[in-house]
Amino acid sequence: MNPLEALWAALEALAINKVRSTLTMLGVIIGVATVILMVALGQGARTYVTREFAQLGANVLIIQSGKTERSDGFTPSMTTARKLTYEDAVALKRRALFLEEVVPAIIGSAKVKHMNRSRDVIVQGVTPANQFLFRLSMEAGSFLTHQDVEARRQVVVLGPRVKRELFGEEASLGQIVTLADIRYRVIGVIRPRGVLLGFDFDDLVFIPVRTAQTLFGIKHIHQIRASVEAPAFIDQASDQIKAILSRRHGNQEDFHILSQGAVLSALTNVIDILTGLLAGIAGVSLLVGGIGIMNIMLVSVIERTKEIGLLKAVGARKRDILLQFLVEAMILSLIGGIIGIIIGVAGAGLIPFFFAKVPTEVPFWAILLAFTSSVAIGIFFGTYPARKASMLDPIAALRHE
Amino acid sequence: MIQIEGVKKIYQLGSVKVEALRGVSFQVHAGEFVAIQGPSGSGKSTLLYLLGCLDRPTSGRYMLEGTDVGVLDDDGLAFLRNKRVGFVFQTFNLLPRLTALKNVEVPLIYSGVAGDERRARAHAVLGAVGLLPRGGHRPRELSGGEQQRVAIARALVNRPAILLADEPTGNLDSRAAEEIMALFEELNRSGTTLLVVTHNPSVAERAGRILRLQDGLLAKDEMVQHPTSAGTPQGEA
Repeated sequence: MNPLEALWAALEALAINKVRSTLTMLGVIIGVATVILMVALGQGARTYVTREFAQLGANVLIIQSGKTERSDGFTPSMTTARKLTYEDAVALKRRALFLEEVVPAIIGSAKVKHMNRSRDVIVQGVTPANQFLFRLSMEAGSFLTHQDVEARRQVVVLGPRVKRELFGEEASLGQIVTLADIRYRVIGVIRPRGVLLGFDFDDLVFIPVRTAQTLFGIKHIHQIRASVEAPAFIDQASDQIKAILSRRHGNQEDFHILSQGAVLSALTNVIDILTGLLAGIAGVSLLVGGIGIMNIMLVSVIERTKEIGLLKAVGARKRDILLQFLVEAMILSLIGGIIGIIIGVAGAGLIPFFFAKVPTEVPFWAILLAFTSSVAIGIFFGTYPARKASMLDPIAALRHE
Repeated sequence: MIQIEGVKKIYQLGSVKVEALRGVSFQVHAGEFVAIQGPSGSGKSTLLYLLGCLDRPTSGRYMLEGTDVGVLDDDGLAFLRNKRVGFVFQTFNLLPRLTALKNVEVPLIYSGVAGDERRARAHAVLGAVGLLPRGGHRPRELSGGEQQRVAIARALVNRPAILLADEPTGNLDSRAAEEIMALFEELNRSGTTLLVVTHNPSVAERAGRILRLQDGLLAKDEMVQHPTSAGTPQGEA
């Protein structure tokens, strides 16, 4: 019996019990569709995160005081380390040729107040370059200027949410707000930018870094933010930063450089593990679908015992019967797999329409994996019933009622 | 053509040994029409299954066209069932979902005959049993007699050396039975070797030879003389 004959015979046999065949496939359909959906969600999240990071710069480096370099973003103890200074940033800007923008930054919090409205807010002391580093665009007014920094002016740029909460729909430019009871003039409002580097840029205020030193009563700065032309230059840039800052810090490497790449890889690792976990759980349902196929094939073998006896009596060999039942099981799992892939891909395509913030992406390997595993399921769970059918004694099978 | 020598068949039913055949010997020559008779439990069916290569003897020898069936493996037996032996059952055993013509084609599937040749051969043999006009019908749309004709066509489609029938008229009314017997006679006249297990005395009447089994032994082996019989034993080959 050639495989094509077996295929036709199997299709004929399956067509008799259409409802049963469909229900049997359903297990595989659900299993495959879920695997595809889970992978699509995971992959979508991965791409989303990677893109977000690239947007705010996989090319951004953060230099902080303290010896240990840690990729998890925790700030190590700074007790023995020399603190970073505004002049360190100036030196980097002048001499580290791989760096594009260099921003000395101070991060603190203060109570911001306008008229009778007030709230606590994150205050970032930065330089004009901060606008380019994070590609901030202005809703109104302009960002900080060099004069603002050098002259330690009491000016402030508001995040959009802060502006709305303090001023509502009214214009805020030129108005006075107080930060820790010191008066600042509003010179700009940025457009919404979302969360970058763990800060919600919509919900903070920028003041000149020199002004911030006065406000918080410190002589040093908290971190230096720097951007590299392209992520490929990050290693050279890091070396330059180390060389320049170590010299300024008495040949001590008492600072560390955080790159977005490290954080990103930690994050994508977590996403990958979660995706694998979810797909694994979905894979269990695929396995259950396979058991369903085995179950129905066993029933089918018993129902068709007499037919098997007859086929053997007219000359079917063991391997002919084996092939025929195996092909039936494989058709069930294969068609189930294909329908499952279609449903999974369609579902992944529809999710963003219903849940706008959930990105999905079906990688080709997931389709290939779903396809091969449904074939494998058919072979694996079809072999036992098919073997059972092929081993039937023809005489006993013929007498079976 | 068929040589049976001291054939025994012992079944193990739990702890009990059942001796279905206790040493049977006979020969059948090409062109014979042999009826096998005997009370139930006499070993007729066992003998027929052995002859049909569905089983192997426990001891003794079964030679079919010079082949020692007892030493063949499962695939070897399947080959003989497919090509050299045709089997007709009391209950027809047609596949209900296939048309008459497709049912006749089934053995050819396992002989590797495909496409047009397969259809042509099924056509021819269905025509030979006079059922060509009903070839497109499924078994449940056919009468018992018609179903048995389809089954006979199926048994003959690979041009076997011998046609075995197990109570072929047992499920038929007398008219249909008569038709089937006439068909057997006709087939025998045109050269088909026939072995029919039957209770029906009118079937036995038409046979050229009657083997009577009793308790697993051959009790009687007699020639029947009547004008319509074309199968005359030719003596030892």
